[in-house]
Amino acid sequence: MRMLTKLTWVEMKLFIREPMVVVFTLALPIIFLFVMGGVFGNTPNPEVYRGVGAMNYYMPSYYGLIMMAIGTVALPLHLAGYRERGILRRFRASSFSIWTVLGSQLLVSAVIAIVGSLLVTIFGFVTYHPDLPENIPQLIGAFFLGVACFTAFGFFLGAVLPSTRAAQGIGLILFFVMMILGGAGPPPEVMSGIMGYIGDATPLRYVILTLQNAWLPGPDFGWHTSASLVTAGITVVSALLAARFFRWE
Amino acid sequence: MTHIISVQNLRKTYGKTIAVDDISFEVSQGEIFGFLGPNGAGKTTTVECLQALRNPDSGKISVIGLDPSHQAQELRRRIGSQLQESALPDRIKVWEALDLFASVTDKISDWHSLLEQWGIAEKRRSSFAALSGGQKQRLFIALSLVNSPEVVFLDEMTTGLDPAARRVAWDLIRAVRDRGTTVVLVTHFMDEAENLCDRVAIVDKGKIVASGSPRGLIAAYATDIRVLFSTDKPDLAFLEKVSGVKNITRRGDRVEVEGSGPLLALVAAVLVEHGIVPSDLRVEQPSLEDVFLKVTGRAVVD
Repeated sequence: MRMLTKLTWVEMKLFIREPMVVVFTLALPIIFLFVMGGVFGNTPNPEVYRGVGAMNYYMPSYYGLIMMAIGTVALPLHLAGYRERGILRRFRASSFSIWTVLGSQLLVSAVIAIVGSLLVTIFGFVTYHPDLPENIPQLIGAFFLGVACFTAFGFFLGAVLPSTRAAQGIGLILFFVMMILGGAGPPPEVMSGIMGYIGDATPLRYVILTLQNAWLPGPDFGWHTSASLVTAGITVVSALLAARFFRWE
Repeated sequence: MTHIISVQNLRKTYGKTIAVDDISFEVSQGEIFGFLGPNGAGKTTTVECLQALRNPDSGKISVIGLDPSHQAQELRRRIGSQLQESALPDRIKVWEALDLFASVTDKISDWHSLLEQWGIAEKRRSSFAALSGGQKQRLFIALSLVNSPEVVFLDEMTTGLDPAARRVAWDLIRAVRDRGTTVVLVTHFMDEAENLCDRVAIVDKGKIVASGSPRGLIAAYATDIRVLFSTDKPDLAFLEKVSGVKNITRRGDRVEVEGSGPLLALVAAVLVEHGIVPSDLRVEQPSLEDVFLKVTGRAVVD
């Protein structure tokens, strides 16, 4: 337990000292928020954004975007780099367990997601005045389900991607594909055919649907059972695959 | 003396390459035990099996009474390891690394004095990436000692250290041994093994080819000493009659007399008798290098 606390604290500091990852996970969503809010405002249009205002749509989406950046870029890069450079080997020789190493990453990911989401919330409410979330307990549940999902997904990528280069390349591709097609970019309604299918195949779609349904008011929304189950399923499968393929060196 | 490490018939192969070929040995509590041999001899693989970092194909290992394949975590917590290939995160600070690795044990760790001893105290706030090769190496040795281990494994610990720092490192390791920690050293430096180790196992091609104290090994395998001097006198046949002389080689003015017994005194006496008074007369004692040459038939090449 002491090792987990110490390692988590060190990893937290290491995260802050890594500018590229900070930009990707914390700054990028805020930049998107300003751009999308500036272009689309928050007036509902029944054709797009699930019939709600763009900002009401994007606020919970950007929570998901932060989690997704952690799962596709930050974690895989971190774990692959640790393995490639012999840092995991060093940890292992000093009796750090897989649970300590991954547990610290889970805790750091949760803290980053919370901080990033708070930043999005503050900037969003100050500038574009979206509606307040409808069901806060549900939103908190959806939030931690999303964090669990993308942390497990990041562990899985970090376990199977052989090198930092691979993690960088594949991680960035997944990041952009998910961001654009998975529900944090253009409204899903405008994406037809193959783009829609790919969007439906991304974990981000389900994380965002779960978050949005908790946030948005009205009879059309409410806890999204199917999306939350898909999210939970992705979490479990990713975690199992990560445990199966995790390598210290 | 009790055996803190005992290994029987250890074997490890990588594909068709036999890295460790039926090695057995014991290490006593409180000694500095060295594995000496060329790169690729199987030293590191052997030690990694003891550190629970590799699973052997077969053989019985006991380290501080634990079996590395079944009690790996407890073993790793109670031993110290300085690894040949490892790293720390670039941006971790020296003090953070020591504080972090000290958390593996419940004992109170005095990592501040380790920083002082290993000469990295003024680097405590530097990040790992900003350290020189020698400083990184000293940090890794300090990390291997930070949990007050019962046995510490040091794999090529003086690689990257300058000659002065090497001597300091040897003294510090002796002090670690004197405080009761057993030290297992892996090295390809003959002088390091000879100076530092209480006992040495010479490893070649996955097997232990000789073992014992450095003095004992030299006495057993390399009894011949060499007397060296320069002279321009052509006829040195009288040297052959000196008792104990086995071989005389001459290259230009340089003469090398090989043999056993009190060779220097006897050679010096006959030289003076024949009017030869070389100013560079000296004796070379046999070293582990000669032992290695004898038991493997070749010199260690880096």
